[in-house]
Amino acid sequence: MTDLTTSPAGAVTTVERGRFDADEHGWFGEPGLFGGRFMPEALVAALDELTEAWQDAMADPTFVGEFDQVLREYAGLPSPLFHARRLSDMVGCRVLLKREDLNHTGAHKIRNVIGQALLTKRMGKKRVIAETGAGQHGVASATAAAYFGLDCTVYMGAVDTRRQALNVARMQLLGATVVPVESGSATLKDAINEALRDWVASVDHTAYLFGTAAGPHPFPSMVRDFVRGTGDEARAQCLEQYGVLPDAIGACVGGGSNAIGLFTAFLDDAEVEVYGFEAAGEGVDTPRHAATIHAGESGVLHGARTYVLQDQDGQTKESHSISAGLDYPGVGPQHAQLAHSGRATYIPVTDTEAMEAFALLARTEGIIPAIESAHAIAGGLRVAERLAAEKGPDATILLNLSGRGDKDMGTAIEYFGLGEAHRDVTPGGTA
Amino acid sequence: MSVAEAFEKARSEDRAVLVGYLPAGFPDVEGGIDALLTMVEAGCDVIEVGVPYTDPVMDGPTIQAAAQQALESGFRIADVFRTVEAVAATGTPTVVMTYWNPVERYGVDRFAQALADAGGAGLITPDLTPDYAPEWSEAADERGLDKIFLVAPSSTDARIESTVAASRGFVYATAVMGVTGARASTSDLAGPLVARTKRAASAHQLPVGVGLGVSSGDQAAEVASYADAVIVGSAFVRTLLDHPDDRAAGLAALRALTEDLAAGVRRRA
Repeated sequence: MTDLTTSPAGAVTTVERGRFDADEHGWFGEPGLFGGRFMPEALVAALDELTEAWQDAMADPTFVGEFDQVLREYAGLPSPLFHARRLSDMVGCRVLLKREDLNHTGAHKIRNVIGQALLTKRMGKKRVIAETGAGQHGVASATAAAYFGLDCTVYMGAVDTRRQALNVARMQLLGATVVPVESGSATLKDAINEALRDWVASVDHTAYLFGTAAGPHPFPSMVRDFVRGTGDEARAQCLEQYGVLPDAIGACVGGGSNAIGLFTAFLDDAEVEVYGFEAAGEGVDTPRHAATIHAGESGVLHGARTYVLQDQDGQTKESHSISAGLDYPGVGPQHAQLAHSGRATYIPVTDTEAMEAFALLARTEGIIPAIESAHAIAGGLRVAERLAAEKGPDATILLNLSGRGDKDMGTAIEYFGLGEAHRDVTPGGTA
Repeated sequence: MSVAEAFEKARSEDRAVLVGYLPAGFPDVEGGIDALLTMVEAGCDVIEVGVPYTDPVMDGPTIQAAAQQALESGFRIADVFRTVEAVAATGTPTVVMTYWNPVERYGVDRFAQALADAGGAGLITPDLTPDYAPEWSEAADERGLDKIFLVAPSSTDARIESTVAASRGFVYATAVMGVTGARASTSDLAGPLVARTKRAASAHQLPVGVGLGVSSGDQAAEVASYADAVIVGSAFVRTLLDHPDDRAAGLAALRALTEDLAAGVRRRA
């Protein structure tokens, strides 16, 4: 199917539909099972317009070239593929990290917003709106809006604006208006609701920069196209640097954009095991988690049929994760399909496991990851140990280090009791 | 009486139908039933019972607040059927307005059956368009339930045509681009949308109802001049929200509002 036109930074044009792509109604796999477009009629014309614009753009070398150039010159892509040697020694096989933490604004999310903002410009719209949980997608959206000269409004749960005041300030500095959302649970899902309400009233001149590979068609597919550079680059880098494909790849999954960004390039490589790591919060046997695939049931949330954390009446449950970026009661429909078909395996990782991996990566490799990405490290190291036992030291696992952890220092200070300097150090040795 | 018969009756009286909405379980289940019965007595021709939902993307602050209050006081899906049963027992056609996930979770066929058993007339589905509704269409057709889909100012003529063709009972024109909520002035998008919808609907003899934040008899009269039904929601909810501690006063205000609106749909200004 795919005529892959790989450009220097790895942006790719998908021309025909492959077996992992959605059909024209947005269904992944069997029609009716996962995906679709459960949206108010008022937004259908805009979603149709967006679908057409996105498909035209992806088939237009000028658009793809400009996207690629902005990613290279502005966002610092392609990101390196890094051999984490001390971690590798620890688990007994090769651990590779895709360094999306080094991208401009500190995460994979810049790929998505540059793509969507460029498309907004192409469609002649002057205003963008976005939802954000912890503020990462909001900051990325505000950044892209500043770069392209677009007016930007970001909806953020009121609870989150208080928890993430620093990111609110960053967005404001970048010229965005941040609107606190008080309705419902005043967190990410309510911010999405409010952004949709804005969009219903503003759709003629406003684009909705959706933050993850979820929501109504075409968002799951369009966002996937914009973030898939992660995997396209990583696959090429792995072959070039090590002469092999990895035995396994893994990424954390909230809505699932960084994961689908990594997975897409590898889905046709049947020999590559694919792992998604969901936030198990305080444990999947407690009410406080965000392990949507592991513990959710099929339902419709934010325009797509997917796995949803919901009660017996179909009311959405509040999710929990120490990592705000994974704290979402739904998941992108393509992940639901990949789980359903067995092509990818989704494993829950608790807050505690993630925080241990967060500290471990800092100490062994000198990298402070986003807590989201620490879930991938924690789960990935477990898989790596098994691979090492089964295949020996030549086995390779490739994990997406989707973001950096500066934003998480407040959580880390509280969790580890850091921040107070001590005088009682023995010079020349450990105390 | 069916929804179609309610429209037929209004047509024979040369007036528009008044459709009144409240979410079930607001302020609580019994209070909600009392309020809806008051609206029936005071002149609503068709009742729309809303299903409170955690993520109501098409609703403005007023209906959101009521739905949240219902959820916080323990609303369950069974309460919708209880409410429908109580209202439908008056002979007034009663439809349910619901976001899709509660129906999907309950089971589409099971929901349709429970609705029919309660005497309900059909469903209004604000986030389910006909192209994603084959299961609901089948369940509704089996039981003769009305399928009330929405059209919007942004709908193409082709989509209006296919939506009208898929609808039964009436077609719901959301005549503003925006969420639900009372508005001081009526929308200039309403007239053209209703004209386009009526062109498509006449072949199917399907009436067109209009919702655009009507809150007074005068506004109702204006909308009634070009629509087959005037749909009122937020204004009723607001009236109850304004009387949180005095239910009798709330019901009296609700009655007064309904009478004003019912007079409006008979004026066709």
